[in-house]
Amino acid sequence: MADAVVQRRTDYGPPHYSKFLPPIIKENYGKWKYHEIMRPGVMVHVSESGAQLFTVRASSGRLISIGKIRKYADLADKYCGGYLRFTSRHNIEFLLSKKENVDPLIKELEAMGHPVGGIGNAISAIVHTQGWVHCHSAATDASGVVKCVMDDLIEYFTETKLPGKLRIALACCLNMCGAVHCSDIAILGIHRRPPRVDHTRVVKMCEIPNVSASCPTAAIRPVTVDGHPSVEVLEERCMYCANCYTVCPAMPLNDPLNDGVSIWVGGKVSNARHEPMFSKLAIPFLPNNPPRWPEVTDAVRNLVEVWAKNARKYERMGEWIERIGWPKFFKMTGLEFRKEHIDDFKHAGLTYKRSTHLTF
Amino acid sequence: MAHNIPKTPLLDELEKGKWPSFVREIKDAAKKSPMSADLLGQLERSYREKIGHWKHGGIVGVMGYGGGVIGRYSDLPEEFPNISAFHTMRINQPAGWYYTSQALRQICDIWEVHGSGLTNLHGSTGDLILLGTTTDNLEPIFSKLNAIDFDIGGSGSDMRTPSCCCGMSRCEWACYDTMAACHDFTMSFQDEMHRPAFPYKFKFKFSGCPNDCVASIARADMSVIGTWRDSIQMDQNAVREYAAKGMDINGDVVNNCPAKCMSWDGKELKIANEYCRRCMHCINAMPKALRPGKDRGATILIGSKAPIVEGALLSSVLIPFVKMEPPYKEIKDVVAKIWDLWSDEGKNRERIGEFIQRMGLGNFLEEIGIEPIPEMVSAPRDNPYIFYEEYFEEGDETEEEEEK
Repeated sequence: MADAVVQRRTDYGPPHYSKFLPPIIKENYGKWKYHEIMRPGVMVHVSESGAQLFTVRASSGRLISIGKIRKYADLADKYCGGYLRFTSRHNIEFLLSKKENVDPLIKELEAMGHPVGGIGNAISAIVHTQGWVHCHSAATDASGVVKCVMDDLIEYFTETKLPGKLRIALACCLNMCGAVHCSDIAILGIHRRPPRVDHTRVVKMCEIPNVSASCPTAAIRPVTVDGHPSVEVLEERCMYCANCYTVCPAMPLNDPLNDGVSIWVGGKVSNARHEPMFSKLAIPFLPNNPPRWPEVTDAVRNLVEVWAKNARKYERMGEWIERIGWPKFFKMTGLEFRKEHIDDFKHAGLTYKRSTHLTF
Repeated sequence: MAHNIPKTPLLDELEKGKWPSFVREIKDAAKKSPMSADLLGQLERSYREKIGHWKHGGIVGVMGYGGGVIGRYSDLPEEFPNISAFHTMRINQPAGWYYTSQALRQICDIWEVHGSGLTNLHGSTGDLILLGTTTDNLEPIFSKLNAIDFDIGGSGSDMRTPSCCCGMSRCEWACYDTMAACHDFTMSFQDEMHRPAFPYKFKFKFSGCPNDCVASIARADMSVIGTWRDSIQMDQNAVREYAAKGMDINGDVVNNCPAKCMSWDGKELKIANEYCRRCMHCINAMPKALRPGKDRGATILIGSKAPIVEGALLSSVLIPFVKMEPPYKEIKDVVAKIWDLWSDEGKNRERIGEFIQRMGLGNFLEEIGIEPIPEMVSAPRDNPYIFYEEYFEEGDETEEEEEK
């Protein structure tokens, strides 16, 4: 055993990517000249050498079994020399040097239930988190909501009929493993009930100064309960961020009656035209209604369609809203504006309307 | 078959529709894996009760590593014993998420024997996620991954697994070699990634151009975004070709320019490059006619994060332009200074962006030895609450005079 420890190899890092690049990419690395979208989900990149690389993009679903990965591997062997890649939005891409392989590959992918699309003026796959499948702090499921929303919006993935790009992301709690805060449409799981403190476990599991310090609104303070150190939560100060729960498992916030989904709009990451923007609150709360979340799918479809109908070419959701103004956005989408929409955290005053630039 | 696959009337509804069904994937894995079968059962219960059934983490890992494995336990271990422990392993993806079919099959073979058979391709940070195994299996998995040269990624308060766009491998807009840089930084900071010693997580993301396909400006503590200093490369004939094919050059391109630095008279496209903001719109719109300039490098930005704890932040400019050439010494020197300062002064669970907000960007720059420049702010302050570290006493000026 001692030998095993001595000989143990660690910190060797990931395999070098060059082992996984198809020959056409190795030959044309850094020499790509331009690209064109041939049809939804298919691009051709043309090199200065004249070489052509065909990319076929399909949705993967993100949560994938090894059976499915082996099928992908078979497709890669059959059509593109065994090379494939994944995108930053969980799509799978096959990299073909033979144009004649594009159509048969698409046919096989579609037969497997993996729609081809997500390139250009389309909705690409939803970036998302684990949800009830694998997370302790989820306020909603992730894969399930995503499945329902994309089932409903599939035409906008497989076709390019939108004015510009539309990026949807989902995070099942405010930790935002999916960092949804700069998306055209963000679906965010939220809690709405303060943590329930289990005093018998706080003393065993949690460091009380850390728990107090974890609260961004200073709602948690140390107390003694039945002679043991614990904490109390000033409920009127709690906005359910669950940071305390992350540092102290004895303070769960999960609650079926109060957990649900909020919808945010108008964020972007790209620097194209407008600078990157945060998403802003459109709908404070929709209920968790599994298995198909109809309130969420209806709300997202409404946002997509009102934007698609009214935005100018290239205009992202946030750029469109900035042009027409938020009052018009609420009017056109039929969404109710409520107290919850007005910021009351730090720098809240910066979001008040400080001009007479109003439309009527 | 030794195990039952539970009835899942609610989840079965998610096998319908055209988007790929994760339920079908879990069911497929459940044919062989009792873990995945129990996962179906527990998930069905979550769908019925509208609440998750996972306990708060737990510290598990492989020998010699402090991160990369996320402990996960069911809160219904008696009902679902096969997932009483259901840990996640983060496997450091190859830069750009490229694979061969052979490499993927090797990983599948390991995961078939030692785990649930379920994966995420990929997790939010970029790792290849192996979803669901027991503590006993962690060491055997690691030794088999070791044999095929795959290593573990980051988790906890460490440098998280860096990620990048496909860059020069398949994009004409890449202003530097993102995959080379991502791999280099990953290899340079293996210790920082595998042994958590920071106040909180620290992410690097490498995007080849300002389109920022890996969302680095929103999700990375240090965002490295490709850009150029000289003029956009133009092919006037190709511009005219776009116009001839029906593109409204004024409407689609010129009027969308945020700097209003372009004009088109029907024959020639003009760009006042000294005012160009490198937004990429015109290049995106006409990829055959316009390309980034030739003097290429990256803008380094710092501090983005999701809301927890003090609110979401976007990264802000730290270095407007740097040449991206190995061994990237200029950037790594800055990183070392930032990590030293933040490790000494940062609070528990305080990301670098929040740390900078707390101490002030001006003070932060002073500590790491970078001069303040106007590129770092969207505007100078609009309040007069200025701090000065010293003030004059009677007689100070004469002393200064005498020293001269």
